[in-house]
Amino acid sequence: MDALVATWSAQIRSAGAAGRALWISAGGTKAFYGGAVVGERLDPRGYHGVVEYEPSELVVTVRAGTRLADLEALLAAHGQMLAFEPPHFGDAATVGGMVAAGLAGPRRLAQSVGTGAVRDSVLGVRLIDGRGEVLAFGGRVVKNVAGYDVSRVLAGSLGTLGLLLEISLKVVPRPVCEATLVYRCSQATALTCMQDWMRQPLPVSATAYAEGLLQVRLSGGEAAVAEALQVLPGDRLPVTAAVDHWMAVRELAFARTTAAALWRLGLPASVPPLALPGTELVEWNGQRRWLVTDAPARVIRARVRALGGHATRFRGGDPTVAPFPASSPVVAQLEARVRAAFDPQQILNPGRWHADATD
Amino acid sequence: MNRGYAGRGAVDPERRRLVVAHLRAAVPGLAVLDAEEAVAPFECDGLSVERQRPLAVVLPGTAAEVSAVLRACHALQVPVVARGAGTGLSGGALPHREAVLLSLARLDQILALDPVACTARVQSGVRNLAISEAAAPHGLFYAPDPSSQIACTIGGNVAENAGGVQCLRYGLTVHNVLGIAGYTVEGEAFAFGGAAPDAPGLDLLALAVGSEGTLLIVTEVLVRLLPRPAARCCLLASFATVEAAGVAVADLIAAGFVPSGLEMMDQAATRMVEPFVQAGYDLEAAAILLCEADGTATEVAERVAAMQQRLQASGATRIAASRDEAERLRFWAGRKNAFPAAGRVSPDYYCMDGTIPRRHLGAVLTAIAAMEQRYGLRCPNVFHAGDGNLHPLILFDANDADQLARAEAFGAEILRTCIAFGGTVTGEHGVGVEKIDQLCAQFDDPTRVAFLRLRAAFDPAGLLNPGKAIPTLRRCAEHGREHVHGGQARFADLPRW
Repeated sequence: MDALVATWSAQIRSAGAAGRALWISAGGTKAFYGGAVVGERLDPRGYHGVVEYEPSELVVTVRAGTRLADLEALLAAHGQMLAFEPPHFGDAATVGGMVAAGLAGPRRLAQSVGTGAVRDSVLGVRLIDGRGEVLAFGGRVVKNVAGYDVSRVLAGSLGTLGLLLEISLKVVPRPVCEATLVYRCSQATALTCMQDWMRQPLPVSATAYAEGLLQVRLSGGEAAVAEALQVLPGDRLPVTAAVDHWMAVRELAFARTTAAALWRLGLPASVPPLALPGTELVEWNGQRRWLVTDAPARVIRARVRALGGHATRFRGGDPTVAPFPASSPVVAQLEARVRAAFDPQQILNPGRWHADATD
Repeated sequence: MNRGYAGRGAVDPERRRLVVAHLRAAVPGLAVLDAEEAVAPFECDGLSVERQRPLAVVLPGTAAEVSAVLRACHALQVPVVARGAGTGLSGGALPHREAVLLSLARLDQILALDPVACTARVQSGVRNLAISEAAAPHGLFYAPDPSSQIACTIGGNVAENAGGVQCLRYGLTVHNVLGIAGYTVEGEAFAFGGAAPDAPGLDLLALAVGSEGTLLIVTEVLVRLLPRPAARCCLLASFATVEAAGVAVADLIAAGFVPSGLEMMDQAATRMVEPFVQAGYDLEAAAILLCEADGTATEVAERVAAMQQRLQASGATRIAASRDEAERLRFWAGRKNAFPAAGRVSPDYYCMDGTIPRRHLGAVLTAIAAMEQRYGLRCPNVFHAGDGNLHPLILFDANDADQLARAEAFGAEILRTCIAFGGTVTGEHGVGVEKIDQLCAQFDDPTRVAFLRLRAAFDPAGLLNPGKAIPTLRRCAEHGREHVHGGQARFADLPRW
């Protein structure tokens, strides 16, 4: 394993010296996300396996090339799970790719314990930066304020700060009990319901709305779930149907076959229905909305920005449209300087971060 | 404790006159303090063994004034040390003799509280507890609860990534802050994060939280509010040894419980606080655990019964459950008054803050007990056991130079032990000036260089809180020599993770 690290480190050094681009790609399951990268491929899958897992610590350290499905199976065998229910988009998905993409699934905005974004679970990383240096940030304990919290910044960095080698993640106990309710209503009603539940101490662990149906998942102790089933509307889904449903939401099954663009919209809570053309999947109490549409990018971005949100062309559609919205000039400059601190020659995944210059 | 801090020494009166005159001219109406007696109250923060007078103190009343102060200081290349309430325990707000101390305490307005979106937008000088008080009528609260929450500001919480008792269940400051806004060292406005989750781009918000005022100046914070639990119950469990209590903590977590507080106090700590607060602690127990459940009434009843069973199976010799809110608060009163109690039984105390993997709690507490003998100083332990975040309180008298030296050596050895067990030198108090040398042991050279490059990415001239948070390479080279014995660094064979 150390030989691999030395090889990659040398490869990155020589690429840096020659100004040659490197394209970090493992399973390639999220290759659609972000701008296209042209460069020498660096496949981290050779660096895999669990480094340390002590279930009573609720922390796991794995090599970045470990298959995400393998990690999840290991955690499940010990009654634990990743808190953020990440999408896989294919069997080949790796833990490194999951962190680099920084995408969370249905459980993201749950009121239940320990859930959150991908970065909220990242405790430490070991990586090779754009100079070929092996660096280790954070650690394997849940509370740690020594040094800058660089580990969390790796989540969603799209491989532009370094080649991830090892990742320490906080994990959570699997809920004792889960139940899913389905309720037919309008989108406006669904949004009101979701926001109303968010304010109450209910064990809601996911909400989704599509095609006239609102689904809400409850996770927690027997008593808490039973109590919530008494007060929330809708019919209970059979257990296997519920598991399949949330898997389909997580994997964005509704948009799998479309040729049109799939947009990922992030919005503040309490934004009413957007009334944009296309097919929609609403998640996270209305704070994430997926939209399959042929509507022009500038229309979508202008509308979402006016509501205080952000719009990403997540998959498909016009490849000339920049996937990401622009940051403000001050923030864009800081982001560029932080990237340069790790990768001064800009050889790591150049072009993957492609923000809309006209936005 | 830190002898190498370059900010120490007498203020140059000529420099003070020049900078103050420039600030007054550049920012009309700005509150500036420059008289010795006026700046004296700002000479330390919660780490009171470290004291230093600042060049001047400015107290802007608006965010625009903050920007103007930063522009003026940048033009003169004068460093800036930000300060909230000054309750921090690592000297993060310790003044620098060449720097302007920027107090953000007057930025104390709650700008918006949105009970529908469950967020509050507040200025950085708003007190932590004031947010929960404002949210209470809507049935909401702000979760991170550092023990100084009555006084500490949200801006300081962001700078230190503050924790607290409830963090085990609800996360640290970084998990509860949705966005920040403020100014770069040049005085340019920035905003990171916001009400819309998971924006693409680098997560500079995560980087800024816990950066101890070395990257940016924060004037506004958007926090997440959570629904207040309807019911709470606290268990008090006694154990015959600290090791048994440590094992019980690991057992509870392994069994899938995530209490809303899981704290340990050893016998020295319970005997120290009991005379002051009469919490009703079992003074015969070698250690006690405080273990709390929250949620709806039935949920709490279910969880308390299950946790009680688990604690018994782990060897608890006595368990008491709070019967009402008054009793629950009394149980907590002892824990929350541990630091003040230490201040009453000893002229000085030195509070450490290392975190270790929970499974090593027993071993590390035993090691600390052996150090008590070796250094001839008492060290009660009272801490966030569920997070593995230790707070050994080394009791000493700072007027006795020998005791001070022994306390310092004792503390340093505790921190080295935490690193050796795979932990960190600071779980929630920050590095500040206090633990800067220990960072040399925790991170290798390339990683520390990367930290310095990051710092320079935000603040190329190093004007924000100089001498804090991240050690320079030279400093580590010098510090490293002190701990090399027989050509061998201590714990040299351990991976530095």
